[in-house]
Amino acid sequence: MTMRLALGPLTYYWPRQAVLDFYADVAGAPVDVVYLGETICSRRKELRWDDWLEIAQMLAAAGKEVVLSTLALIEAEADLRLLRKMAAQGQFRVEANDMGAVNLLARREAGPPFVAGPTLNVFSERTLVPLHAAGARRWVAPAELSAEMLAAILAGQPAGMESEVLAYGRLPLAYSARCFTARHYNLQKDSCEYRCLGHPDGLALRTREGQPFLTLNGVQTQSAGVHSLLAELPALAAMGVDVVRVSPQAAGTLEVVDLFRAAIGGALDAAAALARLEPLLPGSPCNGFWYGRPGADYVRAA
Amino acid sequence: MEFPVHAPELTCPAGGLPALKAAVDNGADCVYVGFRDETNARAFNGLNFDAATLREGIAYAHRHRRKVLVALNTFPPAAKWAQWTRAVDLAAELGVDAVICADLALIGYAARTHPELRLHLSVQASATNYEAINFYHDHFGIRRAVLPRVLSVAQVEHTIARTPVEIEVFGYGSLCVMVEGRCTLSAYATGESPNCQGVCSPAKAVRWEQLPNGMRTRLNGFMIDEFGADERPGYPTLCKGRFEVQGETYYALEEPASLNTLELLPELVRIGVRAIKIEGRQRSPAYVAQVTRVWREAIDRCVAAPSAYVPAPAALAELNRLSEGQTQTLGAYSRPWR
Repeated sequence: MTMRLALGPLTYYWPRQAVLDFYADVAGAPVDVVYLGETICSRRKELRWDDWLEIAQMLAAAGKEVVLSTLALIEAEADLRLLRKMAAQGQFRVEANDMGAVNLLARREAGPPFVAGPTLNVFSERTLVPLHAAGARRWVAPAELSAEMLAAILAGQPAGMESEVLAYGRLPLAYSARCFTARHYNLQKDSCEYRCLGHPDGLALRTREGQPFLTLNGVQTQSAGVHSLLAELPALAAMGVDVVRVSPQAAGTLEVVDLFRAAIGGALDAAAALARLEPLLPGSPCNGFWYGRPGADYVRAA
Repeated sequence: MEFPVHAPELTCPAGGLPALKAAVDNGADCVYVGFRDETNARAFNGLNFDAATLREGIAYAHRHRRKVLVALNTFPPAAKWAQWTRAVDLAAELGVDAVICADLALIGYAARTHPELRLHLSVQASATNYEAINFYHDHFGIRRAVLPRVLSVAQVEHTIARTPVEIEVFGYGSLCVMVEGRCTLSAYATGESPNCQGVCSPAKAVRWEQLPNGMRTRLNGFMIDEFGADERPGYPTLCKGRFEVQGETYYALEEPASLNTLELLPELVRIGVRAIKIEGRQRSPAYVAQVTRVWREAIDRCVAAPSAYVPAPAALAELNRLSEGQTQTLGAYSRPWR
């Protein structure tokens, strides 16, 4: 079966109108699955629950499979209230990015199956068994999973479980209680003045030698390098991966989606696709995790 | 301030038999250890226990009516599953008082295979809320959970009130600024991570470069920091380096500092924290002895008269001397992080 193409949740904080415009364009883009919602910071409220639901309905009407993604770091009761709301709505699947979300989804009397998100630390097919029993029918590989480890899991994953792999975008590397964007501006997290709004692609962090290293995105730390498995798509398909994910960046995301669509369908070979991807990248490419190396490394597919 | 007082168990680290004995001798209620391989999150060279030393350590602790907990808190990859289950079996066979696990499958294995073995949820499982903790309780019967260093005291209290699982918090030691179990920074730079290999910013990736007037540190080529002759060079743990953001060079993620909650002790006791963890299985027996002694005295005094408790200035000074970078922080427990 042809691999499906997913658009991951928007990890940055954009002004409301920019988000609405972006998803209006996504409705016409060749993606099969769209993950929606705020996954990084509970203080980001340019869009409210009803706004997200409205976008979800619009995308569903355009034929997309819509999945609502939870926060990755759930600390406060208010975070849990939102989770309960997500679990209670029965229309859309939920991507659980925390075991608290898994618990709430597992306890529902009815509802669509859920997606086990990339923060749940699945490093073996055995870890998928309790998640499957809880109602997961798709899992998203953690960023640091290599092709070799992925192949071993796919060979033994529970029947009826789909797999998804991040194939484009800055790598989600870490989450903290502390906000690094607020810290940069010498602000407290709870009076952060929403400075993330000024950085639609995050804040670049370099070493003292000027080497791009990381990206600050509020409480999340991302890579500076842009992870890309565009040239590895044939290997992913051969392995039996069901869904590949493109993570939105500030610019060029839908052009990247077009490239992935063309490469998946065989309309574009790896070399040609790569040549067209390079000018779209907001940083140097990387893909080391796939090859069992440091994630910052870049291996050119043979 | 009067309330029913439950003394939290002082849970101390040991990277080897001398440290285990030092912890027991100086008043630890529990000592936590790891085996000599990647089944635990301090898989450092020259550290940890084989079966024989652990047997001896358990005998020593049990003779003094203290407990030994074994951390098996990395995530076993598909191909190496048997290495982790053997470690669980060995821990059970040696008679440890609990195993501390993070992986769902390994927790399930321990619960099924050794139903009598007490299960603790490792901080590496990233359970930051009671719904997550209760999942592990309802499905696998975990008895205690170690909270990641992300919650405020009020949030810890809220969590304790809503779970039957005992709550353990970090009291002292090096500070992860990131949520434990959710950090891939080390893997991004070096290919090795706490989740998979049980290491962070591993020594083999570190280079110390002597400069005419100072020291530069690298991690697999990435420059982590540079120190003048007047500065004490710190180990290049990735998140504790100085980096440049928008033209400003500073500790962009976190200063090298130790967590120290000695002054919060009455609060932690009042809200019902059942165990306080001291970080540092990689530290020396002398360090373990010193920190254990300070905390034993503090807990005993706090439990005897909570409303009268203030941390002893000498104790604060002693912990301060032992701290990374000689600075201390309350971490997420306090407002500057909020």
